Amino acid sequence: MIVSTQKPFEQILSALEGGERIFIIGCAKCASVCKAGGEEEVFRMQDALAAAGKEVTGTIVIDETCHMLRTARDLRSRKEQVDEADFLLVLSCGAGIQSVAEHSDKKVIAGTDSKFLGNIKRFGQFEQRCSLCGDCRLNDTAGICPVTVCAKGLVNGPCGGMEDGRCEVDAEQTCAWVAIYERLDRQGRLEALDKTTALRDFSHKRHPNNLRLDK
Amino acid sequence: MLSSLARKISQSNFVITAEVAPPKGSGIDGLLKAAAFVAPHVDAVNVTDNQGATMRMSALAAAAVLVREGIEPVLQLTCRDRNRLALQSDLLGAAALGIRNVLALTGDAIGCGDHRQGKAVFDLDSVSLLRTIKAMNSGHDLNGTPLEAATAFYYGAAAAPEVEPFAVTLPKLAQKAEAGAGFFQTQAVFSPEKLAAFCEAVSPSGVTVIAGILVLRSAKMAEFINRNIPGLRVPETIVERLRSADDPAAEGISIAADMAARARSICGGIHIMSMGRDHVVPEIALAAS
Repeated sequence: MIVSTQKPFEQILSALEGGERIFIIGCAKCASVCKAGGEEEVFRMQDALAAAGKEVTGTIVIDETCHMLRTARDLRSRKEQVDEADFLLVLSCGAGIQSVAEHSDKKVIAGTDSKFLGNIKRFGQFEQRCSLCGDCRLNDTAGICPVTVCAKGLVNGPCGGMEDGRCEVDAEQTCAWVAIYERLDRQGRLEALDKTTALRDFSHKRHPNNLRLDK
Repeated sequence: MLSSLARKISQSNFVITAEVAPPKGSGIDGLLKAAAFVAPHVDAVNVTDNQGATMRMSALAAAAVLVREGIEPVLQLTCRDRNRLALQSDLLGAAALGIRNVLALTGDAIGCGDHRQGKAVFDLDSVSLLRTIKAMNSGHDLNGTPLEAATAFYYGAAAAPEVEPFAVTLPKLAQKAEAGAGFFQTQAVFSPEKLAAFCEAVSPSGVTVIAGILVLRSAKMAEFINRNIPGLRVPETIVERLRSADDPAAEGISIAADMAARARSICGGIHIMSMGRDHVVPEIALAAS
């Protein structure tokens, strides 16, 4: 899922300056799970904006705001409330925010910051395990991604900052290469580390990216 | 032409290196003074590359200044601030400016420096940078395109003999050796036994070990290093020796000199890390001679 966090309310208010009537859009998927823009957060935002003297013309929580056609359809179903609004405040990931912008020429306000593709560790705890690098090398690294889990994205072993098996950047974190080494050791295949690794290929990361299954 | 460092190592002479940091500014008087002071006592002078992710004068420019003064530099090159194009063009430029030794490093994380909002590059890492130098020395670039003139660098890599778990670092050290590293300049070592064990572990690779000797001034400095400098770790026994010494600065020099003297019978050289206090270099160099 895409992990996002809500921007500080003061920042949202400042972005809403010049608009009195606001329509709020949340997302029932990722933003809901990470509590940045689900039902509950949308209601709370409605109350907070009302308390700050804004008029909320309506709210909607779309099932996958990143789904452009669905977002357009759902917003059309609230056409009156949307039209009445000066600004559309969106509490979803950046993809969802742009689905809304694609549909409407009104000023769209991003109420969140999109952080990372996250694994859900437990309720309210998310961890980045995949960076969507487009060039997966998990088969060579015991199923632990050094591109993501190593703070420097190193693909040939630990840097000189590893200490007591911990990461130089965050001493709370196990060094990705220690984790990889230990897992390969348990699997009896440490020789995997003797292989010459391919250079990282950033051509897979060029953006804007797209995929068409019919091509 | 071989660098003097390469020649000495190939003749199995014990080598001594020290390091200078490029200035945080455009003037080079301090750099020249420091380099000229340490140069007579060492075989080559490392020039650090935005160490600790703190922005300073380009290591390439500072190393070229040393060459102009007749001082042999070891250009430290990290992967943090440049992608593969920039690293290769800097290497070609370094060769043209008469720089013959390179130490290929990953680079400290950008979050520990003075431009924390910047983008860390890490397009290559230390191993792939070594492979790049190997390719350029053999006359082509990283993608196999022939160079009009090959480079002829003598190059090495970093190692951490006292790090735990040590076994995890071995495959990478082997990759560095495979990529043609001629020497390992190590992180600070405090234990002759660990240094000896390290040398034994890497001896099949044939890479010359240059042991890092850190010269401490006080327990406070050691604690600061332990808190703030990635990869440098002063054991508590050493911190305690400094803490209880009547003259901690003299004790720091004595600790370093002892280690330097012991290193002479264990490995191929020492690298003196004086942390900007150049006046200690002659004494440590003498202890290893």
